[in-house]
Amino acid sequence: MINFDNVSKHYKNTITPALDDINLTIEQGDFVFLVGASGSGKSSLLRLLLKEEIPTSGTVTVDGINVAKLSNRKVPAFRRTMGIVFQDFRLLPGKTVFDNVAFGMEVIGKSKNEIQERVPAILELVGLEEKAHRLPSELSGGEQQRVALARAFVNRPKLLLADEPTGNLDPSTSVGIMKLLDRINRTGTTIVMATHDVAIVDQMRKRIVQMENGKIVRDQERGMYGNTGQ
Amino acid sequence: MSFITKEVGNGLRRNFTMTVALIVSVAVSLSLVGAALLMSAQVDRMKGYWYDKIEVSIFLCGKSSVAFTCTGTVTPSQRTNIESILGSLSPTVQDVFYESSADAYKQFKEQFAGSAILANISPDALPESFRVKLDDPANFEKVASALQSVQGVESIQDQRKLLDRFFQILRGLQTFALAVALAMLFVTILLVMNTVRVAAFARRRETSIMRSVGASNMAIRLPFILEAAVAAILGSTLATAGILAAKYWVIDARLAPNLTFIPFVTWPEVLVIIPWLYLIGVGTTVLASSITLRRYLKG
Repeated sequence: MINFDNVSKHYKNTITPALDDINLTIEQGDFVFLVGASGSGKSSLLRLLLKEEIPTSGTVTVDGINVAKLSNRKVPAFRRTMGIVFQDFRLLPGKTVFDNVAFGMEVIGKSKNEIQERVPAILELVGLEEKAHRLPSELSGGEQQRVALARAFVNRPKLLLADEPTGNLDPSTSVGIMKLLDRINRTGTTIVMATHDVAIVDQMRKRIVQMENGKIVRDQERGMYGNTGQ
Repeated sequence: MSFITKEVGNGLRRNFTMTVALIVSVAVSLSLVGAALLMSAQVDRMKGYWYDKIEVSIFLCGKSSVAFTCTGTVTPSQRTNIESILGSLSPTVQDVFYESSADAYKQFKEQFAGSAILANISPDALPESFRVKLDDPANFEKVASALQSVQGVESIQDQRKLLDRFFQILRGLQTFALAVALAMLFVTILLVMNTVRVAAFARRRETSIMRSVGASNMAIRLPFILEAAVAAILGSTLATAGILAAKYWVIDARLAPNLTFIPFVTWPEVLVIIPWLYLIGVGTTVLASSITLRRYLKG
């Protein structure tokens, strides 16, 4: 699904590389936690997957596509194959829950019928069918992140990237979000989640890729945050 | 499509003051462009009308003429000679019309009826002349060179020279109007760029979300471009209304009845300008907004 092959990334005007010779393979259906301190390279790694940046050297392939060689015109179609969730939810404040989720379908030109059919189903999946006509400001943080998850998943992406999705949520709410991500993962969607959240990582017992100074220092199946596995 | 129209409506309302500024700016600059085009049509029309009426006047010697080709009043044989030379110049010379002193005086009397000048002019003070119509007013030199040293010809006058000076002034005015119009158009382009930039900044959240869910660049940019285009269409419509009002209330109602000797632009000539106004207005704004978005909404 995802393959990093000797990938390095140098940003201009910096001495140390953001990513230093990364080799990483993620299979279809995997659930991977990307852990490490701020500045360890987690975000750079996600940005390479989205073609927001291109690697200085090495190749990144997603679903058989060499991301760096993707023409700018093809980037939108490429992004439709993945869903993205952010720490700050990124919902549109003027739109209802329903419209926020529908927005993800509207902008890629899905028909009204499809929208009317898919959005309620996905809202039910995330447990917000009752709040479809509320505005984001009327929801709790956990509920807002559920809406963001619904929007990311509504087009049935093969890959879901989550950048600190529980970073703004309290522990009990976070658990709800993680359960939801686990459910999405069980449908066959690959999930890559960057996080700092020790409790969640330890609880989920999924694959852990730990980064430090742009290098992968640990890659462990069913790992725990503090456990280096040695 | 309804999604895009909805977005365009929202965008225009949210950015109301800038939209109004944009509409007014487009309207003013296009009115000037329209005025310049109208002036150009007016000059063309006057040229066509007057050049058609232009004659070369060949004044014949009178009693007190001092030209070296004159020895007192022109003799009948000299007059016949001049007439045959004119005849040999066909087809450059299309038409020859003889005006005697008495005819000239009669014309003069009509033109200056009631003026004190009349009393000072005696009928034989006005020279007799041949009024010659050319196939092309530019061929004046041919006639002049054939006749300027012929006995009995006092002077040859090209009316086109008088008109050309007049048209020069009009052309100058026209160039000035066009320069002002272009300057206004330039200001409009800057205003479009700024408006679109502000709009893109105000909606950076939407656009970043659109991009992250995989909206195409076109889908992201189109609402902004259409907003600018809608403002441009409204501005062009105002400019069109201004031009039509100028034709109806100024040219037709005020100028034409008072200045009967000037042919004014006709409705078809005015109407032909209008598509150009829309084309220029919408074209420049769409172009300016596309360029701006390329810079500020990198995909």
